[in-house]
Amino acid sequence: MPERQSGVLLGDDQTPSEGSSEEEMIAGLRAGDEAQATRFVRANIGWMRAVAFRLLRDDGLADDCVQDALIKALRNIGKFEGRSKLKTWLHRITVNEALMKLRSRKRLEEDLIDPLLPDFDENTCRIEAPWTRRISAEEILSQAERRQLVLSKIGELPESYRIVLMLRDIEELDTAEVAEALGITEGNVKVRLHRARAALKKLLEPLLRGETP
Amino acid sequence: MKGAMLRKLPLMITCREFEDFLLDYMEGSLPTRQRRIFEVHLAICRECREYLAAYRETIELGRQAFEDPAANPPEDVPEDLITAVLAARGGDPKG
Repeated sequence: MPERQSGVLLGDDQTPSEGSSEEEMIAGLRAGDEAQATRFVRANIGWMRAVAFRLLRDDGLADDCVQDALIKALRNIGKFEGRSKLKTWLHRITVNEALMKLRSRKRLEEDLIDPLLPDFDENTCRIEAPWTRRISAEEILSQAERRQLVLSKIGELPESYRIVLMLRDIEELDTAEVAEALGITEGNVKVRLHRARAALKKLLEPLLRGETP
Repeated sequence: MKGAMLRKLPLMITCREFEDFLLDYMEGSLPTRQRRIFEVHLAICRECREYLAAYRETIELGRQAFEDPAANPPEDVPEDLITAVLAARGGDPKG
């Protein structure tokens, strides 16, 4: 798991003075300690909701997702084997719940992405206009404008590609974890990831080339 | 023209073949020999060099967009959501 997910017992805003150790918290949860359960929920619900929102892009669905994920975690805390950090375990539960919500909303089928993929000529040579004017994105847009544009373009990706890009590049799951979560092969994860990045590059080219987005 | 030429040279790959290697190259998982073949193509092909640079920049822009706190929902979670979780955890299991 990525560093930002690992080594962290609770939410990022948790201070050591508030907390017990991870082992104490888990023991408390297993024993049905109400106070520990409340602290556990309060400390983790914020970042879990952010993960759910990034994947689902819908406030209501994200709230449903995080609620189901936390309930599942609390009910299954006895099965947590301590092989990973608690936060890593919670992250996986949240991702899986979000994927279940996505599947119920729309099948993650192979959407058409071909128009956004790289172009090659009849000799299989890449067709890529010269990047004579590459400028840094910071030069033309404010941070907020840039963020909005990039988020919007990621949102234009076909869902089955967007979700792989999100899980690998943003949630930082590894290829095997994404394959398991989506029920597809690792080879398929790699193909989808590459196509998603290539498509996003094409969508962001006006920005990268310093043209009007 | 360049594609036809590349196909005839030993240890050369076309741009399309370069594309197939790209993800593994970026993840550092190409075997040494394939990595060298990839890098030779990179050295002689302006289009693929520029493509790779823009591809890398795209990944970075995506990451930066989500690192911005404004891309995420507010940290103050609605109190009724917290209450609902705590109330429901002993109820009818959903999963």
